Amino acid sequence: MKRSNRYVLRLSELSESDRERAGGKALALGKLARAGLPCPSGFCITTKAYDDYLDLTGLRQRLMLLLERKPFNEMRWEELWDLGLRVRSMFLGTPLPDELAMPCIKSLESSFASMSASVRSSAPVEDSASASFAGLHDSFLNIQGTTEIIDHVRLVWASLWSDRALLYRQELHLDPAFSAMAVIVQEFVAGEISGVAFSRSPGQEGLAVIEAVWGLNQGLVDGDVEPDRVLLDRKTGKVVERHEAVRENACRPRTGGVTIVPLSLEEREKTPLPDSVAKKVLSMLVQAEGLFGAPQDLEWTIRGDAIHALQARPITTSTSPDQGGERAWYLSLHRSLSSLKELRQVIEAELLPEMTGDASRAEALDLLALDDGALAKSIRERQHLLDHWEGRYREACIPMAHGIRLFGQVYNDRLRPEDPFAFLEMLAGDEGIVAVNRNDALLELAAMLRDEPHLAAKVREGTEPRPGSRFAHSLANFHERFGDFSWVMGEKKDGLGGMMGLLLEMAVSPSDRAHSRQSPDDASFLDSFSADEQTFARELLEIARVSYRLRDNDNMALGKLKKVLFDACEEASQRLEKRESSELAHAVSAIQERVSTSQKPTVGKNKRNPPSGVREQARQLVGQPAGPGLARGTARVITQASELASFRSGEILVCDAVDPNMTFIVPLASGIVERRGGMLIHGAIIAREYGLSCVTGVPGATDLIRTGDSLTVDGFLGIVTVSKGSGQRKRRQRTGKSHQPG
Amino acid sequence: MTQSKGGTEGFEILRELCSGQMLAVLATESARKPYANLVAIAVTSDLREFYFATQRSTRKWANLTGNHHVALLIDNRTNQVVDFTRAAAATVLGIAEELTGKDLEEGLKLYLARHPHLAGFVRSPNCALFKVRVEKVYLVNRFQNVLEFHFPS
Repeated sequence: MKRSNRYVLRLSELSESDRERAGGKALALGKLARAGLPCPSGFCITTKAYDDYLDLTGLRQRLMLLLERKPFNEMRWEELWDLGLRVRSMFLGTPLPDELAMPCIKSLESSFASMSASVRSSAPVEDSASASFAGLHDSFLNIQGTTEIIDHVRLVWASLWSDRALLYRQELHLDPAFSAMAVIVQEFVAGEISGVAFSRSPGQEGLAVIEAVWGLNQGLVDGDVEPDRVLLDRKTGKVVERHEAVRENACRPRTGGVTIVPLSLEEREKTPLPDSVAKKVLSMLVQAEGLFGAPQDLEWTIRGDAIHALQARPITTSTSPDQGGERAWYLSLHRSLSSLKELRQVIEAELLPEMTGDASRAEALDLLALDDGALAKSIRERQHLLDHWEGRYREACIPMAHGIRLFGQVYNDRLRPEDPFAFLEMLAGDEGIVAVNRNDALLELAAMLRDEPHLAAKVREGTEPRPGSRFAHSLANFHERFGDFSWVMGEKKDGLGGMMGLLLEMAVSPSDRAHSRQSPDDASFLDSFSADEQTFARELLEIARVSYRLRDNDNMALGKLKKVLFDACEEASQRLEKRESSELAHAVSAIQERVSTSQKPTVGKNKRNPPSGVREQARQLVGQPAGPGLARGTARVITQASELASFRSGEILVCDAVDPNMTFIVPLASGIVERRGGMLIHGAIIAREYGLSCVTGVPGATDLIRTGDSLTVDGFLGIVTVSKGSGQRKRRQRTGKSHQPG
Repeated sequence: MTQSKGGTEGFEILRELCSGQMLAVLATESARKPYANLVAIAVTSDLREFYFATQRSTRKWANLTGNHHVALLIDNRTNQVVDFTRAAAATVLGIAEELTGKDLEEGLKLYLARHPHLAGFVRSPNCALFKVRVEKVYLVNRFQNVLEFHFPS
């Protein structure tokens, strides 16, 4: 038979010499097919097509520019998310050139003009015995039409650069710049029962493991559908152990893809993995192991009476050097819509009320009435509470943020906007963001001072507001709604100096909660879905809005717990000034470090030390664009809470990370520069709410920029230019507010 | 290639770049007209002095007699796509002076340790060895990251 063109090879034609251009998965399918095992027929789009796509479109250069803006190992999870979204958007926005698309379509159209296809990854390094990219690269099922297939080939290529795949490549010391991806396009089998199987159970060499679900495999592989599971004796085929899942859902075909649907009552009660199915799978598993000469991990599906092998790969002996560590946690952040809905319920109905309740109970305790022993005990309890809730925050609140990302990915897939973060404009402007509501209330108080110069003068002199006056009433109302936040500025309880200074500064120039950029309306998003997908689209939008709101609100709740700890420590410190108490001294010293690090932004880690006499000065720093706009102004570098009170209207806030508890100074700022990176960090979210230029992810920002430096913050390109490095200017400077487009 | 990896100090990137490259682009000026050419360089470990050699019959030597201010461009590009993000470039600004006497002997030691194959060239009667006293360096990496280093006079 004549070999296909250089971009497309038939799976059945592949031989070992094609490994580099076809990848291990395609090669294994070809071998299974040639050995007579039932596999869906199909083609492999070679790595040559991928390489030519990158070179013909110039995408290779653009990817490198994006990827190398910051050392990969210095990126936090938010930055990795951003990177993945930007890369995917680049692939989505870059169609295949005709000289590449036409030969591919020509090869595929005879088979797939009227037959649905599965489009799967087959990267050369994937599925070796020492590395497993299982679940890290994308697969697409039930794709109809050659144009759609080619479109999805691009998405599979994009997944080579997904955040999760990049993270794994880094661990394996593989340079993504020199990685390539082949793609399998094969007949889609609408299986009724599907699963995965391992020819050897770990630690039990005589047993095989089979897992099965109703419907398609995708639900099992993605973790959305829990499988039934059996262990079988490899020789006799006898089931020696059986675990039945709580069967609720299945992944089924829908027009142009697959979807998760509830099971019928009959299927809920019946296992998809009776002994007869297990034996059939075991038979195929043993054949595959014999064929490849090594234990196999097999994906299979059954339609009617026929079983099909979907893929086979060696059982991985070493999956990751960091299986249980940060990468595992990072991978756990990826949540499905149903998982996010459950998480929302937990956070809104349980976690936030409990967290607030704990803080309120602690606040209600009269610290003055406690003896030293009881106060020391209370400090320890408050620390324990904070530890507990910070743990819950990491388990539940950070994964909830995935709702924003999931929405962004679907939005970009559907609407393909030029700006991969255009979707954020649909989420900004939420009326329920506590930090913004607090700032609005502060701005109202500031407006009173602006409108009443006499009152402002009194406040400036340090005179307490007259009891019963409108201002005093509004101030009390503010404290009731949002609590006392003087502690954030390192002030004693109920200290008004810092807050009054802030209000006077806010009164100088009115600040608008801008959010004036053109927002895409809900309809443009919802209209991109068919009638039967409307529920999914609306639920996804709702979850995204909740995720966005909670991103800030959960931190505000955590802030209340920090405050009650701070209050108890402050009371202890006051007593220690007057008398000795080993109990109190011990309790306070144990957490002093913790309080200072939790409320103060940390100073950058990468302190640079040029040789003596050589002065280092940043001229231009590269970060990530996180809030579009161009701002020019004087830098105010905030490295500790006590510096917040010195912030002046129109200055550019430069800090390690904008803590949600300190976002009250944002209305005063004309721009934001942060070391911590990402579009979803609090600084970026709040900057968008005020329409401020924002650049995040600037390594060493607080070391390389000095208070008083003249800055240009380019929130379009993510660049901060230090145009005048005078540094540490004491004189107060006025600067123009940021310029916003349109 | 000097990659700007995580945690690498700015000055270390500069040191590695300057000590790792054999050639630099030298920019001189005469009658308000710029001129640039490649020269073989050597540098002291503190990066305060760069050395290059040229014959006295060259345009750059003539330019240097009129204006001692020079710029040197040192980079590690490899003419590949990765250069856009992984290459680093340093623009060194300083004052060039032709060495004589003991200074010349000291300079030659350092220069020939870096370029022993140029011994015949630099010891020829018409060849001059210049020392550039560094005033300022602009280091660019990651495409647009720019740091300035100001050296004491």
